[in-house]
Amino acid sequence: MPPQIIVEDLVKTYRIAQRDTGLLGSVRGLVRRQYRELGALDGVSFNIDAGELVGYIGPNGAGKSTTVKTLSGILVPDSGRCEVRGRVPWRQRVEHVAEIGVVFGQRTQLWWDLPVIESFELLRDIYRVPQERYKAASDELIALLDLGPLLDVPVRQLSLGQRMRCDLAAALIHQPPVLFLDEPTIGLDATSKLAVRDFVRGLCRDRGVTVILTTHDMDDIEALCDRVIVIASGKVLCDGSLDALRARVSRQRWLTVDLASVDIEVSDPDATVVRREGQRVCLGFDPQAVSPAELIARVTAKHAVSDLFVENPPIETIVARLYEAESGVATATT
Amino acid sequence: MNDIALYFRYTKISIKGQLEYRTSFVLQAAGQAILTATEFLGIWAMFSRFGQLRGWTLPEIAMFYGAINVAFSIADALSRGFDQFGNMVKSGDFDRLLLRPRSTVLQLIGQEVTIRKVGRLLQGIIVLAWAISAMHVGLSTGTAGLLLIAILSGVCLFTGLVILQATSAFWATESLEVWNAFTYGGVLMSQYPISIYRSWFRRFFTYVIPLACVTYYPILAVLNRMDPLGSVGWIQWVAPMAGILFLLIALQVWKIGVQHYRSTGS
Amino acid sequence: MNWMRPYLAVLSARFRSMLQYRAAAIAGLWTQVFFGMVNIMVYEAFYSSTDKQQPLTFAQVVSYVWLGQALLALLPWYADSEVRAIVRSGAVAYELCRPIDLYNLWFMRAMAWRTAPTILRAVPMVVLVMFVFPLIGLGEWRLHSPTLAAGLGFAAAITCTLLLSCAITTLMNISLMWTVSADGTVVMMNALVTIFSGMVVPLPLFPNWAQPVLMALPFAGLVDLPYRVYVGNILPGSIPLIIFRQLFWTVVLVLLGRWLMARGIRRIVVQGG
Repeated sequence: MPPQIIVEDLVKTYRIAQRDTGLLGSVRGLVRRQYRELGALDGVSFNIDAGELVGYIGPNGAGKSTTVKTLSGILVPDSGRCEVRGRVPWRQRVEHVAEIGVVFGQRTQLWWDLPVIESFELLRDIYRVPQERYKAASDELIALLDLGPLLDVPVRQLSLGQRMRCDLAAALIHQPPVLFLDEPTIGLDATSKLAVRDFVRGLCRDRGVTVILTTHDMDDIEALCDRVIVIASGKVLCDGSLDALRARVSRQRWLTVDLASVDIEVSDPDATVVRREGQRVCLGFDPQAVSPAELIARVTAKHAVSDLFVENPPIETIVARLYEAESGVATATT
Repeated sequence: MNDIALYFRYTKISIKGQLEYRTSFVLQAAGQAILTATEFLGIWAMFSRFGQLRGWTLPEIAMFYGAINVAFSIADALSRGFDQFGNMVKSGDFDRLLLRPRSTVLQLIGQEVTIRKVGRLLQGIIVLAWAISAMHVGLSTGTAGLLLIAILSGVCLFTGLVILQATSAFWATESLEVWNAFTYGGVLMSQYPISIYRSWFRRFFTYVIPLACVTYYPILAVLNRMDPLGSVGWIQWVAPMAGILFLLIALQVWKIGVQHYRSTGS
Repeated sequence: MNWMRPYLAVLSARFRSMLQYRAAAIAGLWTQVFFGMVNIMVYEAFYSSTDKQQPLTFAQVVSYVWLGQALLALLPWYADSEVRAIVRSGAVAYELCRPIDLYNLWFMRAMAWRTAPTILRAVPMVVLVMFVFPLIGLGEWRLHSPTLAAGLGFAAAITCTLLLSCAITTLMNISLMWTVSADGTVVMMNALVTIFSGMVVPLPLFPNWAQPVLMALPFAGLVDLPYRVYVGNILPGSIPLIIFRQLFWTVVLVLLGRWLMARGIRRIVVQGG
């Protein structure tokens, strides 16, 4: 079975017009426009099989949304090859978009003044879904995402969490085999986040929908993704399981403690102080060298701690470490 | 659901939504009717003082006025999606239209049917009706059909203009107002027969933006009147095609614009 | 002069925000010049259709048209969108807390909203239609320059136009306190201003029997009277009377506005915003 999504050597550079400031500058700008180039994608390649749930992560400006736009067929790349279900997305736009669903976390695709159910029906007509299939699909989505009480509410009156659940359902009315989620949990409260995650996991596991999840939220990634692609500065840095990523970069985890008072010096033989902000101290440690429980016991025994939690270093740190690791390897071989 | 059925669905939703604000709609439509009627009031005042306009009489001008106002108000009501397109490009909401398996033109045309524009339409119809009743020769089925076609091709032309305006938003979102000269200015100048204008002006609005082809020439035939510019009969009957052609060209330019948008990103 | 400072602040802010949209400004200039040219051609055709003497000469009408386009932003077209937003959001309450009389604040804001765009549009347009037009063969359509007396009288009259316009605008803004969707009143006012100020057709060109009515209304002082001073149709001797009429209506509308505002404030305070 060939991969469902093939991406090979995608390159995309944006030309952005320079805006000159001041009166003289804008007169100059009328005559001759200056452009500056912004490289977004610099040879991105990966393959995704049907039914995978892939996390696509990277710092801001890494090229994540450019990749998603290219895969959806909205954007035409400068060079490279891309196929989704055997089609080139930007060449066969109408046929291609009929088979994908896209959810943007920050923008809704629902009609602002209409009740939710009317948005669904309009989408049914736009995507040409036969009535019986629509009924089955929408009944199921409404049940799974608990949208029953929301159906007659105009979208503008929904809370962010409610709207996101409706947007998820809306993207799936036409039962696409591929789903792109762009920051779906941003700004959501904890309950809504869990609901969204459960739903997406079920989609993939039970219905075999291929999901590409773009996010900054590492908890989303940890909860959902077996496979993670890290992109930074337009290049794929890492493509594999989350554990492999961590192992490759560093197994480090962080123990963050809130001290009872500011001046206490915190130290431990198996931990290094990664960050210090007033009463809050982050200790980085290797869980294979010392277990979290043991470290907690040691630190709380020595210092007065009012609160603590254990977390993974944020994705930016991991990616930054990945950079160092990459360039470290590079310098070693030259 | 095919495209036409989908368009009617969009229209129904749009009109229903606007009717929810019933009082506001009535007030705005009435206000617009009065406001646009002041233009004809001004024309009437000029005629009562000057008597004639280079051989043209007030009822004849009324026909030009009525026809162009009817055509423009219909086009204006239908094309709000394109009219507001500059905002859509700026906010990035156009991407969502590209993500749906339908033509972007259909989605934009279907976005809204602005019913409060009925104000201008109403006063245009009233003036046109008066003009028809004041005709010496009266309307035959042939000339009535020609008048209708002229108005419809006027709708096509104005729609084409708004589509061109929206297309220019792909390149520059701040200067869209440039096109107002041709839309609103076009209505203003087409209220009068084009023979009263200077020759360079006439040529532009016959061959580049063919407003004369959707008003002046066909209405000459409807009025059964001699053309001071010397055109012959069949030209006057065929001229409205220029409006439809203009729309088709505008749609092609739109496609080019969308292609540009997809190559450069937002 | 302390009373001027809030006015200057709002004026400067309005200028700066408008200067950001240079391309839009050029586009707007082009549109208005186009409108002006079409209007002038229509008048040209009318004037060439008869030898009869008219209340205004063609040259005077041409100047009248250009003045109308150049000073378009001076007129009370809309309730200011800023006010609409303020009333809708209830932020009016904050305005009441400021250490300045609310009516004066709104009046000054109206002045800034009229002065800034007018200057930005009028200056390039006057340069274009007064000096450039003769150079490119459109001399017959140029804005003629006034005599000294007419020019000075015009300067005084147009200042009074600004005041009168602001009085009307502030009245419209105040009406927003009663109904935020004041679309009806605004559009109606639009229509009244358009026809009775002389923006559609110079008032003297209306039928003779209509003249007394037109002169009695306040709107004549917005456009028609000052412009006719400029083109010399109204002689410098009549200027004091013109100004008196403009100021008379301004004072009437200001007093009406203040009274309505007091009632409106009481209404908002009682209703809780």
